[in-house]
Order: sequence, then C-alpha cells, then structure tokens
Amino acid sequence: MMTKYRNMNRRKVLGMGAAAACLTALPRQAWADEPAMAAAIKDMFGDKAVLDGRISLTMPVLSESGYFVPVDVEVDSPMTPDDYVRRVALFSERNPIALMALYNFTPYSGRARVEGKVRLGGSQTVHAIAEMSDGSLYGTSFKVHVTLAACVVN
Amino acid sequence: MADIRLSIPKSVESGAVIELKAMIRHDMESGYRRDIQGQAIPRNILEYFECRLGDTVIFSADLFPGVSANPLIKFYHRAQESGTLTFTWREQTGQTFYKTAELVVL
Repeated sequence: MMTKYRNMNRRKVLGMGAAAACLTALPRQAWADEPAMAAAIKDMFGDKAVLDGRISLTMPVLSESGYFVPVDVEVDSPMTPDDYVRRVALFSERNPIALMALYNFTPYSGRARVEGKVRLGGSQTVHAIAEMSDGSLYGTSFKVHVTLAACVVN
Repeated sequence: MADIRLSIPKSVESGAVIELKAMIRHDMESGYRRDIQGQAIPRNILEYFECRLGDTVIFSADLFPGVSANPLIKFYHRAQESGTLTFTWREQTGQTFYKTAELVVL
C-alpha cells in the first residue's frame, strides 16, 4: 500500500515537472530572435557572421527594477593601435528601441571594458556584439529576469 | 547646470590602465511615459557622451532611451601623458554639459 502510494506520488511529481518545463519553454520560444532586434543588428553590422567568444556580458540574473539594470561588458583585446575593439553595442529583445547603447573604444582605452545601467521592458535575453578593428564581430548574450519592467506603455 | 560627478585617480604611473567614472544627473526621459493627466511626456535624452584627453577622444558612447536615468558610465584609459580630461554629454536639444579633470601621469 505504502509502495503504491509512493509510486503514484513520484509519477505525479514527474508529470508536474514536465508541465512546468513546457510552460517555461513556450514564452522563451516566443521571444527568441525578436525581428525588431534582428533588424537593428543588421542595420548596424550588416549580414556579417557574429562569432562566439572574446566577449563577456555580466548582469544580475534577477533584477527587481527594470529601470536600473547594471551591465558589465568586457572584450578580450590587447587594445593596441593595430588590434583594438572599435565598438560594442547592447541590444534588447523587448524594448521598443532594440539598441540600448553603443560604446566606441579607441587604442587609448587600454582595456575594452565598460559598465553602465540600462532599462529593460521585462525579462529577456540581452545581447552584446563587439566589432574589432579588423571588422570581425563577436557576440554573447545574457538571460535576465526583471520583476518590475521599465515603463514602455505607449 | 547639470550636476556632474567624476571619479579619476589623483596620479598614475605611466602605462597603467586606469578606471574612469562619470555620472551626470539627467532624467533621460524616454518618451514612453505619461504624466498624471495621461499626456505623453516628450522624449528628452542625452544622446552622446565623450571623454577627451586634450584633443584626443579616448572613449565615446551613443546613448538611447534604453539607458537609465542619471547615467553612470565606467570605462578605462591607458595613461601615457598628463593632460586635461574633458567629459562631455550632448542632449538631444543640442545643449552640452561638460566637466574637466586633470590627469597627472608620473
């Protein structure tokens, strides 16, 4: 009797887990590859391939307020006149304007790192793309949860 | 006049990479908010930031409504010569705000 009850419980728990996985998977798919963001990225960098690596984006996993979300972007580069990071752009999937900030570096920067704060209109994946002095692109993303979205009512 | 705060090291060794922090008090009004009567509040943001050492631009940024109010920006500079650092922000109205600081390289 006890064994049977335990089995039932286990089955139920597994079922709930599967249901929860479906629920969380749905909105993620709905946001993925937001066309407005894709268009903004194409506008800035064209159709060039965005490579992985060399760039890191650090943000808090959970933010209580979407009005002030800290961002910290760093690109691995020697920052010499021959090889430096030209610019780094931050894109949002859910803000009315996908491009949030564009940072322009020079060889005088010494280190391709910048920190700031952005507004986010809800939980989403934030994307950072760096353009090197030779024109190559490196990108990364960071998934953030935002409790209170920055006001984007029209 | 805008309230600008800067944080730069007092003096640095030549070749050292230093951290520069700049903050300006500004609403960065996004244009997506409404006032208490339901009227849209027009957009008024800072759209450009620049840091120069003498006449040389060492770092700049294009800002959009996605940047928080009272924007703080932290970036780096490889110190090679002493000079005057000028931090300038340009509002979309064309008005500019700036503050200078002396960089002393030993």
